[in-house]
Amino acid sequence: MSILVNKDTKVIVQGFTGSEGTFHSTQCLDYGTQIVGGVTPGKGGQEHLGKPVFNTVKEAVKATGATVSMVFVPPRFVADAVMEAADAGIELAVIITEGAPVKDMQMAKAYAVKNGMKTIGPNCPGIITAGECKIGIMPGMIFKKGNVGLISKSGTLTYEGANQVVNEGYGISTAVGIGGDPIIGLSYKQLLPMFEADPETEAIVMIGEIGGDLEIQAAKLIKEQITKPVVAFIAGQTAPKGKRMGHAGAIISGSAGTAKEKMDALEAVGVKVVVSPAEIGKAVKEVLSK
Amino acid sequence: MNIHEYQAKEIFAKYGVPTPRGIIAHSVEEAVENAKKLGGNIWVVKAQIHAGGRGLGGGVKLAKSIEEVEKLAGEILGMTLVTHQTGPEGKLVQKVYIEEGADIQDELYLSVVLDRAKEMPIIMASTEGGMDIETVAEETPEKIIKVAVDPAIGFQGFHGRELVFGLGITDKNEQKNMIQFASKLYKLYMDNDAEMIEINPLIKTGAGEFLALDGKMGFDDSALFRHPDIEAMRDISEEDPDEREASQYGLSYIALDGEIGCMVNGAGLAMGTMDTINYMGGTPANFLDVGGTANAQTVAKGFEIILKNPNVKAIFVNIFGGIVRCDRIANGILEATKMVDVNVPVVVRLDGTNAPEAAEILRNANIENIITATDLGDGAKKAVEAAKGGK
Repeated sequence: MSILVNKDTKVIVQGFTGSEGTFHSTQCLDYGTQIVGGVTPGKGGQEHLGKPVFNTVKEAVKATGATVSMVFVPPRFVADAVMEAADAGIELAVIITEGAPVKDMQMAKAYAVKNGMKTIGPNCPGIITAGECKIGIMPGMIFKKGNVGLISKSGTLTYEGANQVVNEGYGISTAVGIGGDPIIGLSYKQLLPMFEADPETEAIVMIGEIGGDLEIQAAKLIKEQITKPVVAFIAGQTAPKGKRMGHAGAIISGSAGTAKEKMDALEAVGVKVVVSPAEIGKAVKEVLSK
Repeated sequence: MNIHEYQAKEIFAKYGVPTPRGIIAHSVEEAVENAKKLGGNIWVVKAQIHAGGRGLGGGVKLAKSIEEVEKLAGEILGMTLVTHQTGPEGKLVQKVYIEEGADIQDELYLSVVLDRAKEMPIIMASTEGGMDIETVAEETPEKIIKVAVDPAIGFQGFHGRELVFGLGITDKNEQKNMIQFASKLYKLYMDNDAEMIEINPLIKTGAGEFLALDGKMGFDDSALFRHPDIEAMRDISEEDPDEREASQYGLSYIALDGEIGCMVNGAGLAMGTMDTINYMGGTPANFLDVGGTANAQTVAKGFEIILKNPNVKAIFVNIFGGIVRCDRIANGILEATKMVDVNVPVVVRLDGTNAPEAAEILRNANIENIITATDLGDGAKKAVEAAKGGK
């Protein structure tokens, strides 16, 4: 078991034939992901990486039965691509693209929700179910199979966290990079209950950062619904106010969205909060050996 | 990207959002000329910098004669204005906005921002104009009205009614004026991919009209490609030169006031590295994300920018190599040390793909001031020790 994706998940790639799409699709195929085709408007009928290319998502879905799309299209076209996927009946779009306009994502997400399509990202490393399916840009070999679920706003902190978990002798069930933009798809609130329901997952690591209040919402939900142990790290305790720390959404506005406020909220509901990401592995070991 | 008050008011004017009349001036002569053009017998001389709190800092002054305009423009132009938003170093004033005096009967607050929880814009209004909205939110939150507008339906009549009744506006004419004001502001927010618009204060005149006395606007950087007119308003002199230089090389850099320079791949890990240095008893000198494809050039540029800061006593290079292999990054670091004279200890932690090979490369290079670390905690600890002068 795992959440959202597994070895049977059929994936298409939007922006399949571009350089990013090509490079990462190759890596995903090597990992074992069932990429069944891709979409590049105007290149329909061709073959790429041994898989069929289609002009539209509808055609791709009809021909391949894909349920998930990995999106690599450039930022100015990403909303269009996501809405096309939703319109074509895709169930989950994993949006890797960085630099999508906020207004566009707001519209695309509202349309996805209306059509019952889940989204992950944008500006994220994607999702990986260890040993089964990698949809995104993370280095697959770090993610050894195991019983820890991981949710993170940051790409490299996802790798850092997973690596520590593995070094402590545990492994990862599914890891989801949710992205650090102001408007994102699936977040802690939706993913925590999925991990709670997944029999394979025994503990959950959540990595957050300054800006917004998703971690505060997560704390409320953990109190009500989550019985599995949760380890959390919030990046940006030393970040100055009013400065955007790399991610478009990582900004303390006025006095809201600080790391401390989030850490306090999570600690108050029994989450094991670590002050440094270097402590994630040890904390997982501690909660799992209780 | 942020713009100046006078630029925001140009955009307001295009959308019919009422403002007092004003003209931008780059010199005392221009200031005097503008005041004469505007006419009247009272003017406001306003420093144009990208920071709030200009009035308290002495950057906004009232002039009751042309002579006074001349005197005040002379004082304000060229001054280093320090406000609660500029930091202690302040900002140099290079432009002043000369504006006609307004008949202020009442001061309100109005802004449009993205509500991240609702995932749509909200219009925020308050009767407590002229005050810091953070303070109002803390002390009298009931005095702030928030109206969320779903872009799928746009600004409707009910949004307007919520706003005016919330603000306690009872006069029919005033209600109509305020609703129009807010509706136009929402439209210009959406049309221009604004990130925030803040008008503080928005004034009511004796005639019951509403005017934007101030105007602050920021835009979504990711959407600037479709707004060349806004991009053209960029004032480079308002931006930190090091941050700007870094961004030209695809690096994301923010200066801090500590002693340990940080070079990291990924924004989250970069913040996490700063936090870990702090946890180990040191102080980070900067945030620096070298991005996903760290190579010799970007690493060299990173060293160069970090070392411009004279407070830096050690550098911590913390890279988690994923798709980019660590051995390549190790070679990149060695090359970079040849391009830039790195004269402080450099603690290097490379983890992930091919990490052992990378460690071997760094060891064999035998460069005196490179200290290798095995993991994040170890690296931060060694960097803190190195900055304190230990080994």
